[in-house]
This record gives sequence, C-alpha cells and structure tokens, in this order.
Amino acid sequence: MSTLNTQPNFSAPGVTPLHAYMPGDQFYEQLIHSHQGLSDEQSRLVNARLILLLANHIGDLAVLQQALAAARAGVAPKETST
Amino acid sequence: MLSTYTYPRYAYRRPVELDAPHAKRRHPVVVVGAGPVGLAAAIDLAQRGQQVVLLDDDNTVSVGSRGLCYAKRTLEILDRLGCGDAVVAQGVTWNVGRTFHGEEEVFHFNLQPEPDHCRPGMVNLQQYHLEQCLVERAQSLPNLDLRWQNKVLAVTPQDDGATVEVDTADGRYTLHADWLVVADGARSPIRRQMGLDMAGRVFQDRFLIVDVVLKEPMFAEGKAERWFWFDPPFHPGQSVLLHREADNVWRIDFQLGWDADPEAEKQPDRVLPRIRAMLGAERDFELEWVSVYTFQCRRMQRFRHGRVLFAGDAAHQVSPFGARGANSGMQDSDNLAWKLKMVLDRLAPESLLDSYDAERVAAADENLLNSTRSTDFITPKSAVSKDFRNAVLTLAGEHAFARALVNSGRLSVPTHLLDSPLNTADSEPFAGTLHPGAPLADAPVLHQGLESWLLRHVGGPFVLLVFEADTQSVRAAVAAAAASTVPLQILLVSLGAGNAPAGCTRIVDHKGRVQQRLDARPGTAYLLRPDQHVVARWRRIDAAAVQAALQRATASDP
Repeated sequence: MSTLNTQPNFSAPGVTPLHAYMPGDQFYEQLIHSHQGLSDEQSRLVNARLILLLANHIGDLAVLQQALAAARAGVAPKETST
Repeated sequence: MLSTYTYPRYAYRRPVELDAPHAKRRHPVVVVGAGPVGLAAAIDLAQRGQQVVLLDDDNTVSVGSRGLCYAKRTLEILDRLGCGDAVVAQGVTWNVGRTFHGEEEVFHFNLQPEPDHCRPGMVNLQQYHLEQCLVERAQSLPNLDLRWQNKVLAVTPQDDGATVEVDTADGRYTLHADWLVVADGARSPIRRQMGLDMAGRVFQDRFLIVDVVLKEPMFAEGKAERWFWFDPPFHPGQSVLLHREADNVWRIDFQLGWDADPEAEKQPDRVLPRIRAMLGAERDFELEWVSVYTFQCRRMQRFRHGRVLFAGDAAHQVSPFGARGANSGMQDSDNLAWKLKMVLDRLAPESLLDSYDAERVAAADENLLNSTRSTDFITPKSAVSKDFRNAVLTLAGEHAFARALVNSGRLSVPTHLLDSPLNTADSEPFAGTLHPGAPLADAPVLHQGLESWLLRHVGGPFVLLVFEADTQSVRAAVAAAAASTVPLQILLVSLGAGNAPAGCTRIVDHKGRVQQRLDARPGTAYLLRPDQHVVARWRRIDAAAVQAALQRATASDP
C-alpha cells in the first residue's frame, strides 16, 4: 500500500538548494501570494479548488485517505472522525 | 532603569581644516557613520594601508542594545579586522534555536551541526559592546582619522569624488573626498539629501523590545539558545522572542499588533506585567532598555552612485527576524573595502566597484526575500494567511514536512555570490557547495607546528590555495604568482609538515577537513579573493588560466 509522505518533499527540478528550508519557504510564499486580493469567501473557494486539484493529481485513494485522516487528527474529537 | 553598561565618551578634536580653510587637501576615502558597518569599512581600508577619515555625529557608541546577533560569517570578518576574539569572549555563543506553539516545541534548528569550525553559528552581544571593540581597534590604527561630533550637513557628488560639508562645535568646514562611503544608518540623511529612494514594503505591526537584567539566569551559565513562541499562554495571539545577551541581560521581543500605542506600551506599568506573565511572578528582574519598533523591508535601487557608495542599513533594511541587518552590512563592508583599495592603488579599474553594487544588491535581495517570508509567517496579513500559518503549526508536532515550514526567522548566512561577474566558471566538476562566489569554509590546520584555522591565512591579497601534489604543482603556482599583475599569495595545503618553498606559506591539513570541504585532490587549486570568497578553481594549475581569472576577478578583462 502506498504511504503518505510527510517528510520534507518540496524541490525544484535540477536545483540543489543551499539551505534545506528554501524550497518549502518558496512554496509557502507562492501559496500565500495566490490569495492576494481575495475576500475570505473567495479564499475559501480557492483553497477548496486547490485541494481538489492536488487530490486528483495524487489520485491514489489509499494515500488520500491517510492525508484526510492526518488533516483531521487533533482538530475534531476522535469518535466523530470517519 | 538599571544600566549594566557605562557609555564611553569619545573626545572631539578640532579638525585641521578649520584652521586652513583654503588648503584644498583631498582625502582618498571618507567614511560617514561610526556604526558597525562604517567602522568595519574604515578599519578594513586602514589595515590595507589606506589613509581614511571616518566621521560620526555623536561621541559615543550605539544607545540601547539594538543589533544583537552576530553570525558566524560576521565573526570571521571580525577576526580579519582584529576584533573576533574580543567579541566572542564578551558575547554569548549559541547554535540552537527552538520554536514553540503555545507551550509545545514544534521546531528546532542547529546553526552549526558539524564540528571543526573556529567560530560558532551565532554570538549575541549588545551593539554597544561590538562598537566599542571596533572603536578601540580603529583608534589603534594611525592612518584612520576618526572624528567624533563631526556631523555631515551636505554631500555634493562630483565626477571625481564628493565634497562633504561638515559641522562641528567650532564651526563648519569642507572635506574633498575622492571616494565617499556612506554608512549613516537606516534613516541615512545623505541618502535623503541626494534624493535617492528606497523601494520595498512597510509592515503594519509593532514590536515591544525589552532588555531585562535577571538576578538568576534562565539557562546555565554560558549556555544560550534562541527561543521563539507563537501564541504562548503568557502573550496570547502574538509572538515572543527571547535571546540571552552579555552581562546577564535578556532580550525579549513582544509582538503587539499595529493598533498598539507605541508611547503607552513603553511605560513600565504596561511593560512589567508582560514580563511577569512570561517569567513568573517570583523571578527578580530589572528593566534596562525599552523600545517599540516597526520595520520595513526595502533597499536602494543601486548602492553605487559614481564615487558615492552606500553600505549597511543606509542601503537596505530588513525585518529583524533572521539577524540579517548588521550581518549583511558587515558583508557589504567586507565586499567593498578590498575593491576600493585596489581601485585607489590603480590595480583595478573603477568598474570593479560596479561588482560591489551587483553582488551586494543580489545579497540584499536574498536577505529581503528571507526576512519578508519570515515576517509574513510571523505576522499573517489576512485570515487565510493566518489559517495556513496555524495549520503548519498544528501539523508540526507530528509531521516533519510541517516542521520544515515553521518560519520564525531564517538566520543570517553569508550570501554565495554565484552570479558575480567576477567569477570564473568551473571547467571540471566539484562536489559540495564551495562554487565560485561562495565564502571559503573554515577548517582546522597546523601552521609552523601550531594549531590554526584556514581562514586566518586568507584575507590579505588574493590567495592561490594549492593542494600540494608534486614539485611541478608548486612550480606552476610560483610561476602564476610571478606573472600576476596584482599581488598574489600562495598558500600550500599539505598532508605532512615541511618547509615552505620560498614565497609560499604552507599549512598542514592534519584533520583532512580542508580537503573534504573543498573537495580537493592533489593539484587542486582555489583562487580566493581578499574577502575570502572563492572566485575560481581548477583541478590543475595553469598559469595562464590563473592570470585570466585574476583579471576577471578585478574587472580587468582585456
């Protein structure tokens, strides 16, 4: 069964970063930038669309199930999680 | 408030120009601003044999602890300036930073994970102590004319220099400078007077900065770490940063938000409860210094304006998260001094100083990028930005990828000048990160049988570092130095002891770290700039290739 990768995994092809934090920081900046100028409602819609795009790219239902569980863990009480 | 420090008062002396107003003596270099960057630039130039005038409008060092964290690269620069040992001895060494969310640690970093470096990742020292060390060094140099309470009123740039109007208690006078180095700080009166803009972002947030003296230290004697909290129980919804300083002084930064009233927040009735909430009611402390600051992330479009060169905060400003202010300013000075000296000595064309602009603008952009990213994480500007920040923090306890995204400041590391026009590209592969443009990594060596460090042997003129192979490699190096139009020193790295051939210095790589860090084989050679940056390297020395690289490194390509 495929396993959800929760190790640092951001990279740019062919680029060896001088510092390990660089590619992650770059993604995070792009993520925040993608919401610039949006209302909160628009941001929620962009986030939902982004999740769907990334989920389809991953595709593997086993991996997605692990990601859904990891995202929910600690946010809601255990007994209500599915 | 308590004071652990007595500010020195430096004597004003009547400038000679006041008594000979019509003698139009020219000064090769005038530096404005005796803060860390101006002092470093003046010392570096004076050590290289240059006559320098350094002007400052005050008669003492920085008031308040201000710049606090001095990174490994700055300590290496200070070593070259003769101040490294004093700064490290007075300061508090640290390598580990911890980040907490609420009460839980979510991330930690180690600035110096590998052994065998002379200097640690970071030393904390109040800016006034650093400046005092530098002032004492400056005062020991006979060719450095440090003028206190000499306030610059106006600068008029010219094709061949600048005239500087200076005000003193005894009246005004004019200095004629061939080159002017401006290090007069973030508010730079000279930059404003010349009508030069800064472009960038203003962050709408305020931070309370408090120095407290603790009766009982929080860490064991001599031990220190950087602690950063997101949303701690003692300061909910905001961030807090704790640093240990020298003399058992502790720096605490409280994020206040944009709506805070800066004057009211500085009052003890507001400050004391915040500190008691953090340290606990039973801990004895006294306030030493309180300030409220905002910050900007911005830079000048160009740092070179003809014969006027801007450095440090005058040229660029970053957020404090990452200690990239004074540390990048020291790299500006490091970059500028040798180039200016070579131009003054007619060993390089004036265009060499364009590379100061190119290299340090690129470095400023790297510092701005990192400090802006940290600031956006620490002070999210929108609901969605805060959602992502909190998502990262809540995932960080369990998942490594999220820990890597926790950004409470990416601490100052030297810029690798990879795109510098002075570099000669590698013609053969090398492993590791010491590409042309990188600052040379330090390593332990033996010199004349005594323990020493690699960087102690680099930093005067250009150096050709050669891993000794056979007598042919030494002969080739000597031939390259003899053919060179600029002074070139040969540094032989060998595995065993022995007498250095005439004209060479020999060091022994007794732990193998030099060979390892430089990915060297017998015959490998590195060409190193006077600021210790790699500028070219080869697997085998060719005198013509060395000469071509030296010409390129001094902007003297045919």
